This record gives sequence, C-alpha cells and structure tokens, in this order.
Amino acid sequence: MNRRTLMATAALGLGLAFSGGANAAGMDHVKACFVYVGPVGDGGYTYQHDQGRIAAQEHFGDKVETVFQENVPEGADTARVLTQMALGGCNIIFTTSFGFMDATQEVAAKFPNIKFEHATGFKRDTPNVSTYNARFYEGRAVQGTIAGMMTKSNKIGYIGSFPIPEVVMGINSYYLAAKKVNPDVDLSVIWAYTWFDPAKEADAAKAMIEQGVDVIAAHTDSTAPLAEAAKTPGVIGFGQASDMSAYKPTPRVTSIIDNWGPYYIARIGALLDGTYEQTDSWEGIKSGEVEIGEITGLPDDVKAAAEKVRDGIADGSYHPFTGPINKQDGSAWLAEGQDAPDGDLLSMDFYVEGIKGDLPK
Amino acid sequence: MDLSGINPAVLIASLMVASVPIMLAAIGELVTEKSGVLNLGVEGMMIIGAICGFVTAVETGSPLLGFIGGAVSGAALSVIFAVLTQVLQANQVATGLALTLFGLGLSSLIGQGYVGIKPPPTGMVPFGPLADIPVIGRILFKHDPMVYVSIAIVAAVWAVLKFTRMGLIIRAVGESHEAAHALGYKVTRIRILAIMFGGAMAGLGGAYLSLVRVPQWADGITAGAGWIALAIVVFASWRPWRVLIGAYLFGGISVLQLNLQVAKVPIPPEYLSMSPYVITIIVLVIMSSGRGRSAMNAPAALGQNFHASR
Repeated sequence: MNRRTLMATAALGLGLAFSGGANAAGMDHVKACFVYVGPVGDGGYTYQHDQGRIAAQEHFGDKVETVFQENVPEGADTARVLTQMALGGCNIIFTTSFGFMDATQEVAAKFPNIKFEHATGFKRDTPNVSTYNARFYEGRAVQGTIAGMMTKSNKIGYIGSFPIPEVVMGINSYYLAAKKVNPDVDLSVIWAYTWFDPAKEADAAKAMIEQGVDVIAAHTDSTAPLAEAAKTPGVIGFGQASDMSAYKPTPRVTSIIDNWGPYYIARIGALLDGTYEQTDSWEGIKSGEVEIGEITGLPDDVKAAAEKVRDGIADGSYHPFTGPINKQDGSAWLAEGQDAPDGDLLSMDFYVEGIKGDLPK
Repeated sequence: MDLSGINPAVLIASLMVASVPIMLAAIGELVTEKSGVLNLGVEGMMIIGAICGFVTAVETGSPLLGFIGGAVSGAALSVIFAVLTQVLQANQVATGLALTLFGLGLSSLIGQGYVGIKPPPTGMVPFGPLADIPVIGRILFKHDPMVYVSIAIVAAVWAVLKFTRMGLIIRAVGESHEAAHALGYKVTRIRILAIMFGGAMAGLGGAYLSLVRVPQWADGITAGAGWIALAIVVFASWRPWRVLIGAYLFGGISVLQLNLQVAKVPIPPEYLSMSPYVITIIVLVIMSSGRGRSAMNAPAALGQNFHASR
C-alpha cells in the first residue's frame, strides 16, 4: 500500500466515522456546507446563495451549523475543497456552480453517507447526489418582452458567461419573447467566458451600447453591466440573480432574483427529520424560486405586458417555449402548440431560428 | 457580419479608457524596476487602491479625494514590501507574491459594507467646442481627467528618467547598486521611494477601475490587471512610451474583441476572448528572442537585494 492509497483509505474511514450518524432515522444536528464559485460580496449569484444559507441558518438556529467557502475555482481545486469539507464533518454539501459537476460526482462516490446537492447540473451518478436548479428562462421571457417593447434601435443584447445549456436557454427564451412583441428585433450575444470579471462585463456592455444596443441582459454575476448602462441615457438592463436595487428605477427596470432559501430549508429540514431522498428539483416562478423583481421606470403598457407574461407563467397558461419553433438552421424543433420537454431544455445546445451568429460549442 | 456598427473613433476612445488602469500600474512598476526592485505585488496594490479609493470617494463625495486615497493606500501597502525587502532583506519575488495575496484578502475585508453602492460620478473634462470636432473630438476631447493625467504621468516619467539628475540616480541604483553606493547615493532610501511611487501608481490605477471604469466595488475587481501591467513593463523593455503603446495594444484588443462579437464576426469567441493574452505572449517572445538581458534593456541589478555591508 503506497502512501496515496493509505491516505485515501484513511480519509474514507474518517469520512465514514464523521458522517455515520446520517441515516433515515433523522439527525439532531446538521452541518451544512456551501461551496461558492464567486465571492459572497458579488451582489449577484453567489450573494443570493449565501442569502439562502443565512435564511436556513436563521430558520433552524442551533440545530444547524453552516459553513461556506467562497471563490472556489472550477477545476482540480474543487475536489480538494469538497474532500476537505467532507472530512470536516459536513453532513450535506451544496455545490452551487455548474462547473463543480464532475468534482461533486467524484467526491460523492467516496463519501456515500454525506449528501451532495449540486446546483444547475444534471449528473446524479450516486444515490447521495441530488441536483437542483431554477427555471431562470421563465424570467428571461419577462425580460425579453420588455426588451422587445422598449428597444428603439431594435438591437438588444445578451452578455453570456459560458455556452452551457443554462445560458443558451436563457438567450433563446429572451429572444423568442422579444420577437413575439417586436418581429424586427435583432439580438447580439457576447460571450465573456467568465462568471465574474466586472471590468470585462462593463466593457462588454460598453461595446454593445456603442453599436446601438439599447437593452442589455446579462448572464454574468456582477452589477457592472448596469453600472455601464447607467452612463448612457435611454439604455436599460436587468438585475441578474439579485435584485440590484441600487440601479432602480432605471437602468435596472426589473430583475430575476434567485431565491434559494426555501429549497435549502426544505432539504436541510428533510435531513433533520429523516425524510431526505435523492431528488432532481427544477422549480420556477410558480413556486417562488425565481422571483421577478419590482418593475420600475417603464411605461404602463410595457409593465402590464411584462406582468401578464409573469402571471401567465405562474398559472401555467404561458410557456416561454411553445411551438412552432425552429432551430437556427431551419430544422424543426417544436411542433405547433407543443411545449418544450425539460430534457430538451437541459441539454440545449442550439440557437432558435432568427438569432444570428454561431453558438460556440 | 456587420462591421458598419463599429465606429473607429468610438473604439479608439474606449480603448484609451480601458487602458488607463494597466498603464498607470505599469508606469509605476517601471520606475520601481528601474531602481532595481522587482515588486510582484502590483495586483495587490491595485486592488487596495480600488477599495480605498472607492471608500474615500463614497464617504467624502469627492472623486478627486477618492483618487488621492487610492494612491495613498497603494503607497502605504507598498511600504510593507519596502520594509521587508529593503530593510529586512526578504526575497523580493516571494514578498511580492505575498503582497498580492494580502491585498486581495484585505480589500475583500474592507469592502464588506460597500457592495452595491454607487460612487460619486467623475465628470468629463469640459473642452467646450473642441469636443464637437468630428472624429478627433470624440477621440481626444471627451474623456474624464484621469485619461489625460495618466498620459501626463507617462510623459513625466519619461522626462525625469531621461533628462534629470534624479532619473540618472534612479537608473544608476538599478544598474549597479554597489557603484551607486560607492558614489555616496542612499541606495535603500532611493529604492524605498521608487517602491512607494510604484505603489501609488498601482493604487491610482485600481481607483480608476472602481470609480470610473466599472464603477462600483466588487470583490476581485482587478481580475488580473496587475499581472498584465507586469507583463507590459517587460514588453516595453523598460521604456516609458512603450508602456503606453503596450497598454493601448492590450486595451485595444480587449475592446475590439467584444465589438467583433457584437458585430457577429464569424470567428469563434473563444479565440477572440484569448486574443489579448495570446498577443501579449507573442510580443513578449518576439521582444526577448535571440537577445541578451542587456539588449532587452533590463536593469542589471533587478531583483537583487542590497546591503551596505557587502
């Protein structure tokens, strides 16, 4: 037995010893750990996860101890951080970024008694891995409606982070909703290849504004695109992940707010009372995981149209992806009246018809 | 593809703004390195300047005081480096790296209560009718004061290093500290002052990021700009005007690649995204290929510690 296998075995043994108490009979005390891709002070995505953590902490008080690590890089370091948490006595570990997917599977396989919860992913290789996500694309339909009605140049923009299904479905939903109210609308996409780089996000927004784009949606984590939009009168944008209310009433005219608190409370609660099961959760506007922030600074008819889309999604009468919809290359995707199946959305790797430019693979 | 949307005048104006932080940090580091000190803590000093400048501007309501606060805090952080390397003779590379890590952590701590706040706006310099000249007006006369200040600083550093006795002394200390010491110059004191100038410029560059370019505070706002500044000093082969060219080249490609994406140029965005870094590396390789350290113009005593007893 060389040193590495010795250490791995020791690690495994320790993990088992620490987590041995977690079983179907419930627990008296849960240590819940959170892994964040960005800083909790980003004012956006990671901030909202941390708000969820704080909500869970307040809800359970002494029965739950929460720990988090921020700024964890997506890559080799992820597995190291997860292993450290598992050895540190965590009972449930929430990994909150898509890029943590493979590391989550890898570490979860080594620690079968610890629960892993991976946000926005689709892999559940072992029974102790659950996935959770929110239907952010529903919020994008609300934003797209506003974008289509408010643009004067008919040029709207979308700052994407990485070309993953999560982002691609947001772009398609945004575009389809805008096109529904404004057939002449033209969409420009910038791939920033980062979740968090305020200077780059600001530059991306600036490049769009200089080329006449006047409504900018961002799928990155900071408020920089809004700060840039604020410099040019007439340009509007949206709060992403968090309300970003500092930019009310304009340029931020509404927002998609990730509300993770109820989910975290439900999952930790299930672990405490012994009802925990592996799940694949994907909720949206209806159950409150996706909140639409207050609509400000818009004409009444635009506001009413946006609210109608929001309420339609909530009561099930409106689906952002309802056929007929073709893919960008003209091939058929959804037939007349057909709603997109979840499987198609979760693996989405194409633009819908009408979006110009290539989607990077 | 629709390139008609890209207005060259607007593009040049944007790249001038995008280049200011790295240009300031690089010109400061150039002076530090000219005096023979390698300070790898530029990133740390920049981000401390970013948060302290931001806090000062928000609390006082004055962007000017914010910039001063950023410069002072960058210089203050560099004093730690100066004491460790010049007085206590610590290794410069290791200390510089530690300074970066320390600055990133400390800025995050100071910035806790300042997320989501808007700083007081920095206005444009009023040039009156000059700003309305087509093309030239947009490029030259529609900027905030710091764009002009940064170019003025580059000019001043060039003039001081080239024409003044002070510049000669700084260069002498950087080329051969033994000889400068023998001539009676206070090597340690001169180097500490050069380090502080480098820190002040990095802090100023950081403050520009958080007060004008982004403008807000967010953790990790510099996102590697300090490292690019270090590369630009080598790229410029320790010549001030080339720092300006290097910063404009890097800033220009960064801005251009985003504009090309908006214009839907059929080049995969992965390549566009990496282009500023790739071009920086290529230029660095070309600059340093087949020639010795002296031809590169590197200060001969760069990175070497000095103690008067030796």
